[in-house]
Amino acid sequence: MSLVQLTGVGKNYGNITALSGIDLEVGESEVTCVLGDNGAGKSTLIKIIAGLHQHSSGTYEVNGREVHFNSPREALDEGIATVYQDLAVVPLMPVWRNFFLGQEKRKGLGMDSAFMRKTAKQELLDMGIDLRDVEQPIGTLSGGERQCVAISRAVYFGAKVLILDEPTAALGVKQSGVVLRYILQARERGLGVIFITHNPHHAFPVGDRFLLLKRGRSLGYYRKDEISRDELTALMAGGAELEELSHELDRGGGGVAAAAAKMLEQESKELGITPGSTP
Amino acid sequence: MTATLTAPPARGDERLARQSAFSRLAGRPEIGALVGAVVIFILFFVVAPPFREAPSIATVLYQSSLYGIPAVGVALLMIGGEFDLSAGVAVISSSLVASMTAYQLSVNVWVGVLVSLVVALAIGLLNGYLLVRTKLPSFLVTLATFFMLTGLNLALTKLISGGVATKDISDIDGFASAQAIFAQSFDVGGVSLRITLLWWIVFVAIATWVLLKTHLGNWIFAVGGADASARAVGVPVKKVKIGLFMTVSFLCWFTGMHILFSFNTVQSGQGPGNEFLYIIAAVVGGCLLTGGYGSAVGAAIGAFIFGMTEQGIVLAGWEADWFKFFLGAMLLGATLLNVYVRRRAETRK
Repeated sequence: MSLVQLTGVGKNYGNITALSGIDLEVGESEVTCVLGDNGAGKSTLIKIIAGLHQHSSGTYEVNGREVHFNSPREALDEGIATVYQDLAVVPLMPVWRNFFLGQEKRKGLGMDSAFMRKTAKQELLDMGIDLRDVEQPIGTLSGGERQCVAISRAVYFGAKVLILDEPTAALGVKQSGVVLRYILQARERGLGVIFITHNPHHAFPVGDRFLLLKRGRSLGYYRKDEISRDELTALMAGGAELEELSHELDRGGGGVAAAAAKMLEQESKELGITPGSTP
Repeated sequence: MTATLTAPPARGDERLARQSAFSRLAGRPEIGALVGAVVIFILFFVVAPPFREAPSIATVLYQSSLYGIPAVGVALLMIGGEFDLSAGVAVISSSLVASMTAYQLSVNVWVGVLVSLVVALAIGLLNGYLLVRTKLPSFLVTLATFFMLTGLNLALTKLISGGVATKDISDIDGFASAQAIFAQSFDVGGVSLRITLLWWIVFVAIATWVLLKTHLGNWIFAVGGADASARAVGVPVKKVKIGLFMTVSFLCWFTGMHILFSFNTVQSGQGPGNEFLYIIAAVVGGCLLTGGYGSAVGAAIGAFIFGMTEQGIVLAGWEADWFKFFLGAMLLGATLLNVYVRRRAETRK
């Protein structure tokens, strides 16, 4: 049984259709990647799963039971935790305070600082982040490490499904690698992960399923054995659109533009795209 | 960089060089203020002989406590990312409400005190509610309250009491007991101290404990440091902000009660200008104007610096106007220091 299953989900804002007919599922120890360009509807989709918005059509099931979340809190209570790209942490606060922020361990009127320090350090270590000092402001950590703290925090507080909103978008190659490793680690711990990204090179190595979005519609939903990395990249690059772009550049005239157009055409050939046919 | 997959670290961590007590102290938000306070103390100790006597120190402490009590609330609010321009006037509003309620209705002064508390908390609630509801900057919201309260203080006092000051309430029931709580003096080794000094210490201690040892403190730092992040992890950002505004109101009310019960009457035009003293005390004490960093002890030291300077200038026989110049210079210095400290805190190690 899937932890999270969307069937034919759509979302309208007034007369604007932001999303329609989306199918998605993630089970235990699975990573489902959601790929799409800007404006493809990725954030609308996460907001529905995370409980910030309600879907207008289709069904949303958690553990086989249909749900309608009114707030992120309700989603969290079902074990669905979201780690947002920029909203993960408070930079000036120490790591351990960030780790427990919003869910502090109380002790009498105060809180159990010793327990929280120890737990934060141990939990991060379990995720493979060996910090020198959990007292250091989290702003002193690298971008990748900050994401990882946010991920391990969600895991510690009982997340069964992790939604990661473009965790690698602002990171360099090495840091992205670190984050991808934690995604796999979370999967090994039995979590379901929904990984939102626009980078097929990040998605392919860790994903079990791939949902491609374009202009609010599903462009395809594949299991790993049904699609190759190149096909995924080609789909993401927008197939026919790449061609169009090259024509556009060509028409723009000028030697440089023509050269760029040639390059694009070449690239789309290498990716195995023939106009009009998507795998 | 620090992420490795090695064996768990032993007790303590060999990568952490033991910090000396001095360098640990240097990382605290209030260190700049502490150094400033010591320098100013030595300065007046040298140039103003009367400054060295115990009664002068008692006066300095009293003056400091009057700035210091509201500054505790203002510091918490500032750590929470907002500030309150109406605090100075709200102090006087509180005393006016208490005084006029008790006098005009001929009821026990404690009724006036409680009515005034309710009104004060309502002002804080209004400030906070308007802020979270409209998402306007606190500068605008509290500037509006500042002017409205200034006008109300003057106009209502004139309308009700027929003058610019309230009537003497010292012969109304309950005055003695209220005075004992808010404005009594007591002797320590032949020196007369005011009770506000004790209250000040109590409030600073409570605020420090809340900031460092409770989940509320965590939330205050978080809403000031990054309110969107705080909201995303389930911190009730709006409630925290409203609560902070109400804390400021409470401490202003307390100060207002002290003024009422030590002078028996209140001048309705007092108050404007003091809000800046509270804010500057907090900033000098290491609170970041943008929120997320600071301490209650720092604000206390900031207030103490002002108390010392205000009295010291008089005791040294200088022109009292220099105090204002000093305020400005101190603020500038503290702000520059804050920028430096923040940079250090963000790139430590």
